[in-house]
Amino acid sequence: MDVGKDKLLEMYRSMQRIRQFESKVRDLALASEIPGFVHVSIGEEASAAGVCAALRTTDRITSTHRGHGHLIAKGGKLAQMMAEIYGRRTGYCKGKGGSMHIVDYSLGILGANGIVGAGLPIATGSALAAVIAGRDDVTACFFGDGASNEGTFHESLNLAAVWKLPVIFVCENNGFGEFTPMQTVTSVRDIAVRAKAYDIPGVIVDGNDVFEVYRFASEAVARARAGEGPTLLECKTYRWEGHVVGEQAFIGAEGYRTQAEIEQWKRKCPIVRFQQFLLQDGKVKREELERIDEETRRELDEAVKFARESPLPEPSEAETDVFA
Amino acid sequence: MAELNFIQAINQALFEEMERDPLTFVMGEDVVLGAFGATRGLIDKFGPGRVRNTPISEAGFVGAAVGAAMAGTRPICEVEFASFFYCAFDQVCNQAAKLRYMSGGQASMPITFRCVNGAVGGAAAQHSETVYAQFLSVPGLKLVVPSGPSDMKGLLKSAIRDNNPVIVFEHGGLGRLKEQVPDGEHLVPLGKAAIKREGQHVTVIAIGAMVSRALKVAAKLAGEGVSVEVLDPRTLVPLDEEAILTSVAKTNRVVIADEGHLRGGAAADIAALIAEKAFDSLDAPIKRVAAPDVPIPFSPPLEKAVIPGEAQIEAGIRAVLGI
Repeated sequence: MDVGKDKLLEMYRSMQRIRQFESKVRDLALASEIPGFVHVSIGEEASAAGVCAALRTTDRITSTHRGHGHLIAKGGKLAQMMAEIYGRRTGYCKGKGGSMHIVDYSLGILGANGIVGAGLPIATGSALAAVIAGRDDVTACFFGDGASNEGTFHESLNLAAVWKLPVIFVCENNGFGEFTPMQTVTSVRDIAVRAKAYDIPGVIVDGNDVFEVYRFASEAVARARAGEGPTLLECKTYRWEGHVVGEQAFIGAEGYRTQAEIEQWKRKCPIVRFQQFLLQDGKVKREELERIDEETRRELDEAVKFARESPLPEPSEAETDVFA
Repeated sequence: MAELNFIQAINQALFEEMERDPLTFVMGEDVVLGAFGATRGLIDKFGPGRVRNTPISEAGFVGAAVGAAMAGTRPICEVEFASFFYCAFDQVCNQAAKLRYMSGGQASMPITFRCVNGAVGGAAAQHSETVYAQFLSVPGLKLVVPSGPSDMKGLLKSAIRDNNPVIVFEHGGLGRLKEQVPDGEHLVPLGKAAIKREGQHVTVIAIGAMVSRALKVAAKLAGEGVSVEVLDPRTLVPLDEEAILTSVAKTNRVVIADEGHLRGGAAADIAALIAEKAFDSLDAPIKRVAAPDVPIPFSPPLEKAVIPGEAQIEAGIRAVLGI
């Protein structure tokens, strides 16, 4: 697959933005500077970046409780995201959603969601809306291996298959549903085989290889846009951090997995791998990557400053936005 | 004007609204055939793209209606029997109801849910329940309970044009009720109660199928010189508090007739409102006439024993009047 340099750098920047943003959010959560639960996807950046690189602005995504990466990859603005996580009125949701519920309609981000499996029927309906409206927009639905055991997964794949809807179901299989190893609660080893039950293509990709994710996602998007129906794309990956930031405080350091396992996956870091890929044969220069890293640091610093300096909502705002 | 029954009124509203807006479409179980008649014929006029049979898969297709609404279309989603909403509670209560609020007002959620509600005769507890109380304490949902064909048409048309999730509870026992219904543009606003009969001595706040029963009782008691006002809230969310309080201030006595259960029901909710805001104008305790707290039974005499009828409403009125 011939991919231009701009697209390659776009994917690199996307992964850098996710990694830096989430590392910062993790640190802020551990320092109790932000309220509530925070779930980060550090180590899983390639699936978000690779899939969203295959989409256009008018395409839509649905995301999960571990959603910062998807939103950033779809173009989410770091300042408004950070302000939302800080609970400020300048945040994407005016402080009414928080980390798990960020939405940006103008970018086709229908939202992160706090309920596991909730995004699947919503993405299916979003794809249906494109058909009803006579548009060729595609919807990408991110979810985890845990969600593939929800009824909504099965109902959505069936419905999308029956109506040949333009949707890509992207399963980020990171091996754990909360603190439970996936293989102890799931009847299959590969989620992608569940596509067979709905007579749609099921594809397994190395979820830590952004280029491969992009390649297979592009094929699935092309199929969907051509009216050929949904694809189930399983990205095998791993989360370096816990289910929820700060979990060591209540379950200890090795409550459900070993440090050795984590270290083993860190050696497969999707960002380092992509750097090596880009630098080999001189596709890009090291300085170009360093410039992106530095630009991202500045963008993030400004985002944190914006969030900290933004006002908190007035208590009376609790009663607005219930109804249109 | 034409004389239509309840089902024909629904059908007319659907035809008119789908003709008016090409982004409106119907989805649900057996909507192509129109098993109960409400969606019959839509397929011939609007085709399979806009009239979609779903699998029996409530979480899936109710959730899809949520996504379709967020993505710019106006789904009319039919969940045959109201109790089937239990299979899609997350999609209604966590998603449709909350996503506008949680997104800080970004999400638009123009969905109309339709369902058959209430006891239809020998269908037992899973097909006979009055379920709107379960949604009363979920902010973000509008709840519509039409009592006759004319309101049915006007409320459904308003629901379809509303940019919020609206659940329309169509009582299965009202199907053959006939009434003059205005042609074309007949809109009944959501949140506006109707005084179905004016009276001086007692207010009966009657919900859904209780309205026609209350009107019969009112006509009967007029022969005894008792003047009964029948107030139909028409929508439970938004609730026309002003109309209720005005009527109670006039009659000083109130009976609330609802097919739902006593505990945590719509009648309990309205009774609390009156107790809180109009206690001083009451000359007698508020009387709720509602279903006892048992699942709706199957056998006809058992069903009849728990569903409030004219006799129970009349007894309620006599109790608050002391006659």
